[in-house]
Amino acid sequence: MTKTIPEINEKIRSGEAVVVTAEEIIGIVEEKGIQEAAQSVDVVTTGTFGPMCSSGAYFNLGHSAPRIKIGGGKATLNDVPLYTGLAAVDVFLGVTAVPDDDPRNKNYPGTFDYGGGHVIEELVAGKDLRFQATAYGTDCYPKKKIETLIKLEDMNEAVLFNIRNAYQNYNVAVNLSEKTIYTYMGTLKRNLGNANYCSAGQLSPLLNDPLYKTIGIGTKVFLGGGIGYISWQGTQHNPNVPRGDNDVPRRPAGTLALTGDLKQMKSEWLRGISMLGYGTTMAVGVGVPIPILSEDILRHAAVKDEEIFAAVVDYSEAYPERKPDVLAEVSYAQLKSGKIEVSGKEIPTGSLSSYSKAVEIANTLKEWIQKGEFLLTEPVAPLPGVEDGITFKPLNERLEE
Amino acid sequence: MTVSKRLVLHFPHTLVDQPIMCRLAKEFNIDFNILKASVTPNEEGLLVVELSGEANDYEKGKDYLARSGVEIKPLSQDVIRDEHKCTHCGACIVLCPSNALSVDRSTMTVDFEDSKCIACGICVPACPARAMSIHFEI
Repeated sequence: MTKTIPEINEKIRSGEAVVVTAEEIIGIVEEKGIQEAAQSVDVVTTGTFGPMCSSGAYFNLGHSAPRIKIGGGKATLNDVPLYTGLAAVDVFLGVTAVPDDDPRNKNYPGTFDYGGGHVIEELVAGKDLRFQATAYGTDCYPKKKIETLIKLEDMNEAVLFNIRNAYQNYNVAVNLSEKTIYTYMGTLKRNLGNANYCSAGQLSPLLNDPLYKTIGIGTKVFLGGGIGYISWQGTQHNPNVPRGDNDVPRRPAGTLALTGDLKQMKSEWLRGISMLGYGTTMAVGVGVPIPILSEDILRHAAVKDEEIFAAVVDYSEAYPERKPDVLAEVSYAQLKSGKIEVSGKEIPTGSLSSYSKAVEIANTLKEWIQKGEFLLTEPVAPLPGVEDGITFKPLNERLEE
Repeated sequence: MTVSKRLVLHFPHTLVDQPIMCRLAKEFNIDFNILKASVTPNEEGLLVVELSGEANDYEKGKDYLARSGVEIKPLSQDVIRDEHKCTHCGACIVLCPSNALSVDRSTMTVDFEDSKCIACGICVPACPARAMSIHFEI
């Protein structure tokens, strides 16, 4: 059995495509078997909604009169600093940026109430934000200072540009030390008090296409409640990790860089997040459609939580000291049951990624496709795979001799 | 025996400029931790405090407050969830000591059972989406 993307798109246009979520496909395969299911199902939709720190947006603010060269100057949106090392009125905002006067971890653990992720959420919600900038002034850009309200619709371009999203699998974080620690994986109680995970498991995009056979550069996706595209592999994309017989990585592996027009996104799916004692970030909603072009692709898309394993890592020492130690491997079925066992101890589990929101995303994408509003794209280039031999390099510090 | 209690103190406007809490600490050996403070537009003061000290000192200190004209009420507090803000991630459930926050395993949504909540407030800063907040009922 083989299908092509143009054939599936023809079915989507005529309203005949069979679209199911990555959760629904599990039961269909159990009932009908791989062969029959691969024939009947055209698209499997995935979804994930969790904090993704390497996210941000770039903006073209328009030119004031007289003109100001913000490039090379300093600029903030609601006091959150913007990156200005670009042309006169182009700026970039990252979701972990916090106001200069935020106390950070001086009053430990810092609460990190407001940052770049919150700015993006408020812009997308249509709010007016306070923009301030100072510049050095030039003959052609004489203005040196500006303060104005600005909202998303005022801007020429506002583009979400996330350089690493949708991690294919992730660590399960625990704390072996004697005191509570505050991490990007949440608050971790001492002595294996809890185990926090962050993946949609069986619904997560790259766990349903573990060898990147359909998901590639140019793939059209659900991004932040609107349409986005995969612009590149994400940073730290690392296909060469231990994998199961089902090809699913057992460690953090592939990642996606995603881009899309912020003006058509929804604040519900781009949420500013405050991680106690760690910093600000943004929860991003991502959903990727998987065209069922072959039985192999379907077999991969039918993966279930019982068959996906994650590494349990100590965040009090192993992680900060970059030690490779893994305490255990557990399945997402175990994680989602509410407790896992590590070193003979039963530990309650918490999640940073919202499974119920991931279900909502997969269902929304399914509806868009069923209504004929969302057609599939052929990747213009593949993501680097296992065969490309990427190595994940550490930073070894060195100085001039 | 030491006592520690959370109280709501109302200061009439005649007392707002008096160093009452300072005297409470210095003369009655009472430790106080201010949980909330405000002065209303008609200059009445409101202080939500946790007072602790030896039982004897505590009673004397409380008498002093009452004699000075401060109205004293026990505090009841309440934690509420903003349903629009909650993303149902589940970061809170491992921290909640009374299981008021739990995951419905069939839908993987986070349930908040008000009747089990002891209003400790641990979930408030730990909620990544800041959906939980603590309110002092006065």
